[in-house]
Amino acid sequence: MTLAERVATSGLLPAPFLRWFAARGWAPRQHQLDLLEKAQAGRSVLLIAPTGGGKTLAGFLPTLVDLYERGASPKRMISTGRDLRKAGGLHTLYISPLKALAVDIARNLETPVAEMGLPIRVETRTGDTPVSKRTRQRKDPPDILLTTPEQLALLLASADAPYLFGTLKRVVLDELHSLVTSKRGDLLSLDLARLFTLAPGLQTIGLSATVAEPDDLRRYLVQQPRGSAATADLTVAQDGAEPNVTMLEPAERIPWSGHSARHAFGDIYNLIKAHKTTLVFVNTRSQAEMIFHELWNINEDGLSIALHHGSLDVAQRRKIENAMVRGSLRAVVCTSSLDMGIDWGDIDLVINVGAPKGASRLLQRIGRANHRLDEPSRGILIPANRFEVLECRAAIEAVAEHAQDTPPLRKGALDVLAQHILGCACGEPFDADELFDEVRAAAPYQDLTRADFDAVLDFVATGGYALKVYERFTKIRKGQDDRWRVTNPKFAQAYRMNVGTIVEAVMLKVRLVRSRGGGKGHTGTIARGGRILGEVEEYFAENLSVGDTFVFAGEILRYEAMANDELYVSRSSDTDPKVPSYEGGKFPLSTYLAARVRNILADPSHWRALPDAVREWLEIQKWRSLIPGAGDLLVETFPRSSKYYLVCYPFEGRLAHQTLGMLLTRRLERARLRPLGFVANEYALAIWGLGDIGLRVERGDLRLSELFSEDMLGDDLEAWLAETALMKRTFRSNAVIAGLIERRHPGKEKSRRQVTMSTDLIYDVLRKHQPEHILLRAARADAATGLLDIKRLGEMLSRIKGRIIHKPLERVSPLAVPVMLEIGREMVYGDATDEILAEAADELVREATRRD
Amino acid sequence: MIEGAAARSFDDAEDMSLGAAHLVADPSGVLYWPAEDLLVVADMHLEKGSSFARYGQFLPPYDTAATLSRLALAIARYNPRSIFSLGDSFHDNDGPGRLLSDDREALLAMQRGRDWIWLAGNHDPDPAVGIGGEFTAMLAIGPLNFRHEPTAQSDDLEISGHLHPVARVAGRGRAVSRRCFARSEKRMVMPAFGAYAGGLNIRHEAFTGVFPALSFTAHLLGATRLYTIAAESCLPD
Repeated sequence: MTLAERVATSGLLPAPFLRWFAARGWAPRQHQLDLLEKAQAGRSVLLIAPTGGGKTLAGFLPTLVDLYERGASPKRMISTGRDLRKAGGLHTLYISPLKALAVDIARNLETPVAEMGLPIRVETRTGDTPVSKRTRQRKDPPDILLTTPEQLALLLASADAPYLFGTLKRVVLDELHSLVTSKRGDLLSLDLARLFTLAPGLQTIGLSATVAEPDDLRRYLVQQPRGSAATADLTVAQDGAEPNVTMLEPAERIPWSGHSARHAFGDIYNLIKAHKTTLVFVNTRSQAEMIFHELWNINEDGLSIALHHGSLDVAQRRKIENAMVRGSLRAVVCTSSLDMGIDWGDIDLVINVGAPKGASRLLQRIGRANHRLDEPSRGILIPANRFEVLECRAAIEAVAEHAQDTPPLRKGALDVLAQHILGCACGEPFDADELFDEVRAAAPYQDLTRADFDAVLDFVATGGYALKVYERFTKIRKGQDDRWRVTNPKFAQAYRMNVGTIVEAVMLKVRLVRSRGGGKGHTGTIARGGRILGEVEEYFAENLSVGDTFVFAGEILRYEAMANDELYVSRSSDTDPKVPSYEGGKFPLSTYLAARVRNILADPSHWRALPDAVREWLEIQKWRSLIPGAGDLLVETFPRSSKYYLVCYPFEGRLAHQTLGMLLTRRLERARLRPLGFVANEYALAIWGLGDIGLRVERGDLRLSELFSEDMLGDDLEAWLAETALMKRTFRSNAVIAGLIERRHPGKEKSRRQVTMSTDLIYDVLRKHQPEHILLRAARADAATGLLDIKRLGEMLSRIKGRIIHKPLERVSPLAVPVMLEIGREMVYGDATDEILAEAADELVREATRRD
Repeated sequence: MIEGAAARSFDDAEDMSLGAAHLVADPSGVLYWPAEDLLVVADMHLEKGSSFARYGQFLPPYDTAATLSRLALAIARYNPRSIFSLGDSFHDNDGPGRLLSDDREALLAMQRGRDWIWLAGNHDPDPAVGIGGEFTAMLAIGPLNFRHEPTAQSDDLEISGHLHPVARVAGRGRAVSRRCFARSEKRMVMPAFGAYAGGLNIRHEAFTGVFPALSFTAHLLGATRLYTIAAESCLPD
C-alpha cells in the first residue's frame, strides 16, 4: 500500500485535503501525518525537520483540519463583562522570530486555504500592522493569527487578553531552536505560560531544525509540573539526502592569520559563475562588506551579486530578498541575517567563508541550498587562515557524523521576568502566588525560587532597593483583593512602548552627504539631507577620525562628521579603506567544535586530510616546539625584540580568551612581570611584557598552575568586573529589558546614546551600594555566557588543571604566529583607560617642549 | 607646571591659575583656591535618583550618598574655610525636601565650622530650607566671578559650571571619555560632580560661546591625577 493509499484509508485527512494534495501531485509526508495524528490525540508535539521538509505545512495541518471540520465560524454576540463582542475567537496562534517570516507564511497559507475553499481567516499582526486593523483584530480576531513574540506580549498585557485567548486551541512556534537560545525565548516561555492559564487544554507545536538536545525543546513546549519534567511528543522527519560539504583547496597559499579570505576571492568568483544561485555566508558585517566590494572589483562578467546584512536599511534588504525569490540574482553575500527565514528561491550552492563556528549552525546554513529533500545540498567551506582550516575540517567531520552542538536551554533571565510581571499588571490584575506558580511552569523558570520571584516583584513595584524610599511612587500595587495592578495608566503605556528583549548595540545612522572637499580644519556646515545607507555600531563610529575611510554598503566612504546622532559620510575616491574594521564574530567557536579541533591537532594521523601548507605548518611546530595533547594546555614563552611573550592555546573563543587575558594580566602585574598588553583570537591568547615570564617559571618562582588556577574567577574577576566597560554594556541591556531605563518614554523619544551614558553611572553607584541587587545579579548571569564568557573560561580552567605544559622557546613558534600577527591589528578591549589618557597628555608635553 | 605654584602643594592636584588667582584642580572634580581657603564644587544634582522616581523610573536611591561621600573626602583633604556649590546642587527645586535624614545630617556635618554658599542653578533656582548655608545668585571674590551658567560676553575672570564638560581622547585604537575642567585664559568651566550627572562633549556647540575657536585646554579627571589635553586633541562626538 502506498503512503497515499494509507492516508486515504486512515481517515486522518478529510477528502478535500486528499484531493488538494493529489491535484498538486504531492503525497502527505510521513512526519506531517504523524504530527497530525498526535495533535488530533490532543498532544503537544515537537517536530524536528530539515529546511525544505514541509515543516510549516505540517505545523498548520492539524489546525486546517480542525477548522474544516468546525465549518464556518459561528458569529454571535457575547458579553465580555465590559461590552458585547463577536464570538468565534482565535483558534491558532503562530509565532515566528522574524516579522518577514510571519508575513510570508501567511501568504503561503492562503494558497491551500483558498484552493480547498476552507472557511478560515488568516491574518498577521506585526509592528507594521495599521492601528485600525489591530483594534479590529482585538474585537474580531481571525481564526489564525501569525505574529512575533513581542506582539504576543503586547496582546497579553491588555485587558482583552482573557477574551482574545480564551478560545485558543493551539500555538505553533516556528524556528524554535533559534528562539530558545535568547532572552526572546525566555519572554516567549512566560507568555506561553500565560496562554496555558488563559486557555486550558491548549496544545503547542514546535517546529525546529535538528538540535543537540531535543528534550530541552520538548520541555519548553509544555507546562512543567512541580518537581518533575513533562515533555511534548516528538516527531522527527526523515533526513534528506546527505549534504555534500567540502573544503576549498585554494589556488594560493592559505594565510597565517586574518579573516579576509582575500586569497580565495578568485575561487569564490569562479564558483559563483559555475552555479545558478550562490549564497556566500560570512561571520561579520565588515567581512560581508569587504568580500562584496572585492567581488565587484573582479566581476568582469557583470554577474548580479548582492549584499545582505542586518545593518543595511530595511527597504534595501527587502529589495534584495525579493530579487532573490524572483531568481534574478546570481549570488548574495550575507551574514547570519539570512540564517533563518523564507525560502530564498533556487539556491544550488552555499559558500561559508571563514570559521563555521558550530556544526549545527553550519548544517543550517548549508540547508539553505536546495530545498528539495531528495537532492543533496552542496556546501563549500573557505577557511581564511590556517587555524580555520582545522576548524573547517572538524566541522566537515562533525557534519558527516550528524553531530549537533546547539547550546543547552537557557535559565530564564530575571530582567525578562521583571518585564513580564509589569506586563501582567498592565493586563488583568494578578495574584502573586498564582503568578509564581504559572511562571515556574515555564521550563526556563522551573527552578526559580520564591525569594527571587519576590525580589523581582519588588523591583517592578519600587525598584527593589534595600533603602525603601520609593514606596510612595510605586508602579504596581496590591489591592484589597490581594491582586497587583498598575497604579497609573501611563505605566502601562510606557510598558507597551518598551516591550521586547532585543537591546541592540547603540547604532548610528549612516547618511551619505556631499564631501565638503576642503582641507583639514575647514569647519563649514555640511550639506544635510542625503540618503541613509544603514547603521553602524556606536563603538565603531567612536574610533573614527574625520577623514578616515571605511567600507560600508558596498562602497568606500569617508567619515565627515557626527551630527544629530548620525554619521555623515561621503563617497571616497580611495581604493583601499583606511580602517580595517574586522570585529570578532557574534558567535564564538562552539565548545564541541573546539574539542574536535584539539583532537585533530593532537593526532598527526588526522593531518593527512589537511592542505599541504597547513600540514607543513604543524610539522614544523612539532619540531620547533610541541603539539599539545587533546586535553593539554600548551603555554609557550619566548623573548622577542626586548619584550617577553606568553602564548597559550585554550581554543575557547575570543570572548573567553579576552577575559582570560584581562585576568592573567592582573596576576602578572602582581608578580611584577610588568605586562604591557595582550591579544586574543578564537584559538589562542598572547600576552607580552617587560619581565621574563619563561625564566621565572623555569626558576620555579612563578607556577603556571597557580597563574592559571581557577581562583582567578574570585577576587581578580570581581575587581575587574567593577571597572570593565564590557560589564557596563551588559548591565545596560539588563536595565533596559527590566524597565529601569526606558528606551522610549511617552511624549519624548530618548536617544539611545543618552541611555548609554546614564546606565554607566547607575552601574557604578549601584555596584557600590547594593552589589546584590537583582539587576546586578542578572548582569552577572549574562556575563557568564555573554560578552565575558566566564562560564566557559571556568570550564576550561578546570579542564586543564594539572595538564599545563610549559615550553620555553628561543623564538616565536609556528603555532603562535597567527595570534602574534594580530597584535596591533586587533582592537583590544583593554580597560587601561588612564594609560591612554597619560599617553595623550605626554604627547602634548612633547609637542609643547619640542624645539623647532 | 606653571611657575609660582600655590604655597600649599597637594600631590596629584594640578595648578590651574586664572589671572592672578592660583587655583588647584583636584582629580575628584572640585577646585580649591588656597589664597581664600575656598573649595568649589559644581553641578552635584543631588536627589536626581528620587527625582526620576517620581515618574516611575526607579534609579538606585544612593546617588546623594555617593556624591556627598566623595565631597566629604575632598573636604577632608583640603579642610577649607568656605565652600561654594556652583548651582544645580539639587536636581530639582523639591530635592532638598526629599533628602533622607542620613544624607541631610552628612550635609550639615560638612558645613560645621565653615561657610557654605549655595549658588542658584537652573535646576534649583530657589533658596531651600533645612540644608544650611546661604543662598545667592552670583558671587565675586577678588578678581574671580562665580556663576552657575558661563556668560559668553563678559570680560572678567569667570568660574562656572552648568555645561558638564566631558572630553573624548583617542589612543591605542580607541577613544576614552572623561569629565574635565575646561579652561582658557579668562574662564573655567568645572566638571559636574554629581554621581548621576551626565556629560556634554566639550566640542559641542554649546561650548563655542564660552571658548571660541578651540581656545580651551581640557584637564581630564583620571583615577589619581588630571590629564591635560589640548583642544585640538579633544574629539567631537
